[in-house]
Amino acid sequence: MIAEPFAFGDSPMHRADPRLRAVFGAAFAFVTAVAWEFDAILAALFLAVAMAAAARLSPWRLAKRLFFVNGFIALLWIVVPATYPGRAVFSLGPVHLSADGLWVVARITIKSNAIVLSTLALLATMPMASLGQAMYFFRVPQKLVMLILLTYRYMFVMEKEYGRLLRAARVRGFSADTSMNTWRTLGYLLGMLFVRADQRARRVHQAMLCRGFSGRYPSLDAFCFRKTDWAWAAAMVCALALVGGLEWAKWPLS
Amino acid sequence: MGEVALELNDVRYAYPSGRKVLSGVSLSLEKGQRLGLVGANGAGKTTLLLLIMGLLEKTGGTIRVLGKEVASTRDFAWVRKRVGLLFQNADDQLFCPTVLDDVAFGPLNMGASPREARKTAEAVLSRLGLSHLARRVSHRLSGGEKKLVSLATVLAMEPAVLLLDEPTAGLDEEAARRLIGVVKGLSTACIIVSHEYEFLKETTSRIAGLAEGTVAFDEESSLVHTHVHVHPAGKVPHKHV
Ligand SMILES: Nc1ncnc2c1ncn2[C@@H]1O[C@H](COP(=O)(O)OP(=O)(O)OP(=O)(O)O)[C@@H](O)[C@H]1O
Ligand SMILES: [Mg+2]
Repeated sequence: MIAEPFAFGDSPMHRADPRLRAVFGAAFAFVTAVAWEFDAILAALFLAVAMAAAARLSPWRLAKRLFFVNGFIALLWIVVPATYPGRAVFSLGPVHLSADGLWVVARITIKSNAIVLSTLALLATMPMASLGQAMYFFRVPQKLVMLILLTYRYMFVMEKEYGRLLRAARVRGFSADTSMNTWRTLGYLLGMLFVRADQRARRVHQAMLCRGFSGRYPSLDAFCFRKTDWAWAAAMVCALALVGGLEWAKWPLS
Repeated sequence: MGEVALELNDVRYAYPSGRKVLSGVSLSLEKGQRLGLVGANGAGKTTLLLLIMGLLEKTGGTIRVLGKEVASTRDFAWVRKRVGLLFQNADDQLFCPTVLDDVAFGPLNMGASPREARKTAEAVLSRLGLSHLARRVSHRLSGGEKKLVSLATVLAMEPAVLLLDEPTAGLDEEAARRLIGVVKGLSTACIIVSHEYEFLKETTSRIAGLAEGTVAFDEESSLVHTHVHVHPAGKVPHKHV
């Protein structure tokens, strides 16, 4: 994820103002998450596909991401219909598949895919630093933004560090089993990982101070709201209105 | 004697654990001068550089940077805009997603606009022959590449004084040559910590040796060079008599 495979590109979406995309991305995900009507969530899915197209995301990479998400959802397809209360549409011995359960999982599937797709199209198409900058703009607390940016940057370093420690143990003949020695060694490894993380955090902070850091993470991308961004803003408001309208227009009737 | 860029007077330091590392270091560096700093592992070279940057708090003595005595936190914020430190461990120095972000971090903090910062960053990278790395993810670089990019992040701030902690460690021959070229081309005052006398001899005019918490010797680079080769005592600095 650190490679930010979608972040750099030259599509209309990449050129749109990051602030606009950040706000709309959050709003769209929220509306889609609370929507229940099939019209609304299908419209959301359709819009999400359109956004992915506008961002010219590589279909192959996109498929890989969606594969993981849907792998998790496949589990729900196995578990939920069999355990959800309601009229059974299909029975096999003691297992009854409930109709309501099937509808629920279908909704979850559509919603999740719509949210993942739209987030990839809107947010993954900007470097993490720009997202941080957009969050600053919307007055998200600086400490929170710093936490997100640095966690993002160092998650992988921690993993690498752990790998390094484990390797150091392995080359001296360590292999994990259930003996006391294994638990003690794992304890050492974890402890060492914390110590190193703490030391590294201090040194990185020093390095940041040396380069004039004063509490705010700067970004190379200056925000600039262009004429086309008005069009984007209008399209985004319409998209929200469409999904929201399809959802809430029905409420008085039901 | 030219103007003084950096002056240390009887600087002392003990780590909070009680370990006394420096017990009175006095050194001075003129503008435009390059000074080599040698000493055994654990002699306190890195500690000394951290003290100059105010990243550790000295327990005694005075430090003057560009003629101004520095002591308070605010003074050191001023120092950090004028003195650049290349960390011994490049992994600690690169904390932005990409190389270009990292090199531009300093200029942005100094108040440059994103456009100017980008220009500065690109110029420095090309000066070091690193333009091809600009878009790379910084933690995935090789050790030597990280070292060179770290140097770029420091140079991008256009420091008046430069502190380099083992800049050649881990560099291949070609990269080391390039580094020598860059360092020699600088008009900036430098302190260069290194264990490689050949490198120091080529890039510095003076070499100071740190031992037992003080400056054990401080003399012309060429003298130290021959001196080291004559004595099998090798890299342990000791006084000339
Ligand atoms: N955080 C710390 N706490 C306590 N003691 C420390 C700490 N960091 C360093 N030291 C000790 O201070 C002494 C000087 O360390 P320093 O890193 O300055 O040495 P150095 O001259 O840079 O060595 P090298 O050539 O190996 O880089 C060493 O003996 C070291 O063990
Ligand atoms: Mg050191």
